[in-house]
Amino acid sequence: MARAVTPARKTVNTAAAWIVALIIFFPILWTILTSFKPEPVAVASPPVFLNFDWSFDNYRTVIQQRGYGQFFWNSVVIAFGSTILGMIIAIPAAWAMAFVHGPRTKDLLMWMLSTKMMPAAGVLVPIYLIAVYFKMLDTQILLTVVLMLMNLPIIIWMLYTYFREIPVDILEAARMDGATLFNEIVYVLTPMAVPGIASTLLLNVILAWNESFWTLNLTAFNAAPLTKFIAGFSSPQGLFYAKLSAASVMAFLPILILGWFSQKQLVRGLTFGAVK
Amino acid sequence: MGKISLQKVEKRFGDVSVIPPLDLEVEDGEFVVFVGPSGCGKSTLLRLIAGLEDTTSGKIFIDGADATQLAPAKRGLAMVFQSYALYPHMTVRKNIAFPLKMAGVPQAEIEEKVDYAARVLNLSNYLDRRPGQLSGGQRQRVAIGRAIVRSPSAFLFDEPLSNLDAALRVNMRLEITELHQNLKTTMIYVTHDQVEAMTMADKIVVLQAGVVEQVGSPLELYHRPRNIFVAGFIGSPKMNFIEGAEAAKQDAKTIGIRPEHVTISKDSGAWKGTVTVSEHLGSDTFLHVETDLGLMTVRSGGDVDVHHGDTVWLTPEADKLHRFDDKGLRIA
Amino acid sequence: MATQASRSAARLMISPSVILLFLWMAVPLGMVIYYSFRRYRLLNPDRAGWAGWSNYSNFVFSPDFGGALVNTLILVLGVLLLTVILGILIALLIDQPIWGQGPVRILVISPFFIMPPVSALVWKNMFFNPSNGLFGELFKYLGMPPYDFLGQAPLASIVTIVAWEWLPFATLILLTALQSLDGEQLEAAEMDGAPPLKRFFYIVLPHMSRAITVVVLIQTIFLLGIFGEILVTTSGGPGTASTTLPFLIFKKALLDFDVGTAAAGGIVAVILANIVAIFLMKAIGKNLD
Repeated sequence: MARAVTPARKTVNTAAAWIVALIIFFPILWTILTSFKPEPVAVASPPVFLNFDWSFDNYRTVIQQRGYGQFFWNSVVIAFGSTILGMIIAIPAAWAMAFVHGPRTKDLLMWMLSTKMMPAAGVLVPIYLIAVYFKMLDTQILLTVVLMLMNLPIIIWMLYTYFREIPVDILEAARMDGATLFNEIVYVLTPMAVPGIASTLLLNVILAWNESFWTLNLTAFNAAPLTKFIAGFSSPQGLFYAKLSAASVMAFLPILILGWFSQKQLVRGLTFGAVK
Repeated sequence: MGKISLQKVEKRFGDVSVIPPLDLEVEDGEFVVFVGPSGCGKSTLLRLIAGLEDTTSGKIFIDGADATQLAPAKRGLAMVFQSYALYPHMTVRKNIAFPLKMAGVPQAEIEEKVDYAARVLNLSNYLDRRPGQLSGGQRQRVAIGRAIVRSPSAFLFDEPLSNLDAALRVNMRLEITELHQNLKTTMIYVTHDQVEAMTMADKIVVLQAGVVEQVGSPLELYHRPRNIFVAGFIGSPKMNFIEGAEAAKQDAKTIGIRPEHVTISKDSGAWKGTVTVSEHLGSDTFLHVETDLGLMTVRSGGDVDVHHGDTVWLTPEADKLHRFDDKGLRIA
Repeated sequence: MATQASRSAARLMISPSVILLFLWMAVPLGMVIYYSFRRYRLLNPDRAGWAGWSNYSNFVFSPDFGGALVNTLILVLGVLLLTVILGILIALLIDQPIWGQGPVRILVISPFFIMPPVSALVWKNMFFNPSNGLFGELFKYLGMPPYDFLGQAPLASIVTIVAWEWLPFATLILLTALQSLDGEQLEAAEMDGAPPLKRFFYIVLPHMSRAITVVVLIQTIFLLGIFGEILVTTSGGPGTASTTLPFLIFKKALLDFDVGTAAAGGIVAVILANIVAIFLMKAIGKNLD
């Protein structure tokens, strides 16, 4: 396809692509716009696009009256906590499977992935009862552990596919060069694995941040993250479009920005290397 | 210092015998080439010597000491990989310095040795670049540099030139040969390319299916191949083989004659044939001739005026005929 | 690197993951199986005991089950169809030489990063709301009577929301696959006289088939578990019009507090998911070595 296209053709394509992209992005854009509107403008008919008094009042209100900070902090703790905990457990496993490829490695990986197939709804009852039994319901620890376990297969798989791409030759060269296992890990493996580790971290933080089965069902208030915070706006009495929008923006913006940075890694990460 | 000897070394992967028990001596300072078709076990043999694979049985001695159980780094050998295996996140300088750093050599000495290696290999201007910014030939030299600084008792090369283009390959071939002449260190070199083997080696080890078919100097292998396999593998274009009545006349199952040992004539000779293809290289002419005995390749002078469809007569030089018995072995 | 020492080190490094995942799978599954044969109502704990298959029959023969199964199928298939077809079209469009491909990609991928409750609420209130949602305004502008999307077409509305969430994923993967297509293949086909539409069906589509399979299978796993979107938009209603299998289990467990029946439902869901899983494993497994 490396052929010159006519400028006219390119212009038409560009216009079409941008229109489609803006349509897809529009709900997000509209939410951002609405978050800066006074409440009456937010529900005005016909709708107002840009011509209104922009203000941060909604953000202020949401932060001050709805306890945004607490939810945000819970999201941070749960998303990062579960991912980092998962990485600590997964890195040795993925490393071992990638570089000491035994006859059963493939079966083991498949089995790990199969645990991911278990529908959350199917095991809701026992997890809930275990949480009640240990008096862990609505705690950060519970959510961190549950989301860690939920994402562990994905973390292992992603790391495995990244580690597999590090040529074995290089590790052998390091061993010929006299590197001990420790040196091999510190000087050769880690620097080469860092990009893969970083994108695994990023993608799983995103997944954990947006997870909305366990976070909605296992929390009430104390450990409730932003998913719960937003779901709280579904009750009719709490419904103010502008404030809902401000809360929404504050819930998705950090992760949206992280997501933009990770989009290159997203495809191979989420398809376990099946599509690159 | 770099005498390596293998005694009854064997390698199996499960039930599959990759290398049946094998003996081999590599003398100090020798340039030894393992050559054979792909899958013949030559790389495995090299990795056994390097210590990257465990031997199933047998012993490996390096400078007289039993090294069979030694870790790769403790064997005093340096290896250059087919993929170069450079550390992509380190600069050229750090790549070359890495084995010294691992050995705990003082910083000043490291710098001195790296600078020396860089000078020898024409890499001085690239020391602060990363492997990704280098050409294939430069990467190759960095890999060699990383091997040189360790002052190993022997260098191991695993198909080091196969990722380079043809012109560069010829250059690097020369450079490695020169390096050997300067350093006078033992080198073991694995390749599937018999031209590399012929041009570089003091001693060639021809392998097939893990079995040593013949060990000898390039010219020994060329003039006195021990069997049909070696005769066909060494030399380019390949030796012509003839079976049947013509071979029986020579009391052999098979006779072989190299393309360069056949004279061609337009009016008379031993075998009559028709030219199918003539390749004029300027210096030489390769003729493919369809004869009653089968398709024969003939190497002739550059100015031979023979073309497709011409009828020609071929005559082998009698003293250059190779005779093989029904087991494929050379008849002396 | 296959020496004995590294083998045993490897086993040591893998075991924490294996043990944790085994517990995570086996313990809840064991409990679900146990409860699925028990009479167990959180509100009525005295009436405990073995229930035989009655929980299963209660769940499977309840009027809600059939509907939930159908709703789940509609949701999954609807979203798959929309995302794959639109995804292919958008990927083809973005793959053309255009100005600003980077920003376009970023805009298109964005919905994927929005948490489900946010997407659901934004769509529910600011688009689907019959009185002051944008679609309502559009209908008013066109002179049509207001339409209560979530009330009158709850499942279709949810399909729309979920499809919007997953369209970026499909598009991005299909685009990646498209970009890995060897341009010379297309040029060869062009030389062979294949017009654009034929080139698409004979070259491009087969090339993307693997990516499409991956999209379908991975999305299916996630779509079978769709929960947050339903909870905040319709809560499964009106009636049971938008109740899916996961949502039905949730209702039995945490709204009716009927653990036994919910557990039986869980087993049913696990079995259904495993049928899908087998296909996924095969597709991904092929790619391992």
